Amino acid sequence: MELGSIIMYVIIAVSIVVFSVLTVTTRKILRSATFLLFTLFAAALLYFKLDYEFLGAVQIAVYAGGIVVLFVFSILLTSHPGDNSERLVSRRRFLGCVAAVATFAVTGWALIYRCGQAMASLSPMENPTIHEIGVKLMGSGEDGYLLPFEALSVLLLACIIGGVVVARKR
Amino acid sequence: MFCAGVYGFVTRKNMIAMLISLELMLNAVDINFVLFNRYLYPEQQEGMFFTLFAIAIAAAETALAIAIIINVFRSVKNINAAELTQMKN
Repeated sequence: MELGSIIMYVIIAVSIVVFSVLTVTTRKILRSATFLLFTLFAAALLYFKLDYEFLGAVQIAVYAGGIVVLFVFSILLTSHPGDNSERLVSRRRFLGCVAAVATFAVTGWALIYRCGQAMASLSPMENPTIHEIGVKLMGSGEDGYLLPFEALSVLLLACIIGGVVVARKR
Repeated sequence: MFCAGVYGFVTRKNMIAMLISLELMLNAVDINFVLFNRYLYPEQQEGMFFTLFAIAIAAAETALAIAIIINVFRSVKNINAAELTQMKN
């Protein structure tokens, strides 16, 4: 891997980490949503960098386009955007830190123990074209994803109906 | 990123902030799927499709959760998770 690519990876990784930490530590909730948006964009950039262009596009369209807008709307509906959340009790913060460090230890140990050397080189890969993705997504054969696709459509329908039922005026 | 999500989920009281932390965790898992797919099995695409489905499910789940939160806010005027002790009023 050449140097520029490594620098790009480092920049993306650092921005993901910094923005996600800022997301959970900032006290204004609207700012938190904005940092979430930056994190999602950095993740999409990572997908583009790894040659999964379709996945990056989906990430931007669904997350940055849909979910963050939903978040902003609901924040504006439910709280005054200028408000600070109250200061954390130290016991809660300690509990959160312990949980975070524990998960970090487990995942880091698993990463290093399982696949430390496999990550060293990036093997070349054919960029999956839209045609291949469509054939696989609709295929019902050995490596097709028709069944989860249809199950997902039923789930989305259930979600639409549930959203309408939950949010309608009584 | 996942650790930040866990931290936020444990420490925050606002339900929307907890949901944002949940999104962070889901995204961390997605990135892991894609990275392992890319580095360990570059000739297959299971991780990518799994991530696609995970993104769709996360979108559905977020929309539903926000509908519930807005409804709760409408009836209780409060979205702090610790103070919501009853589901019906």
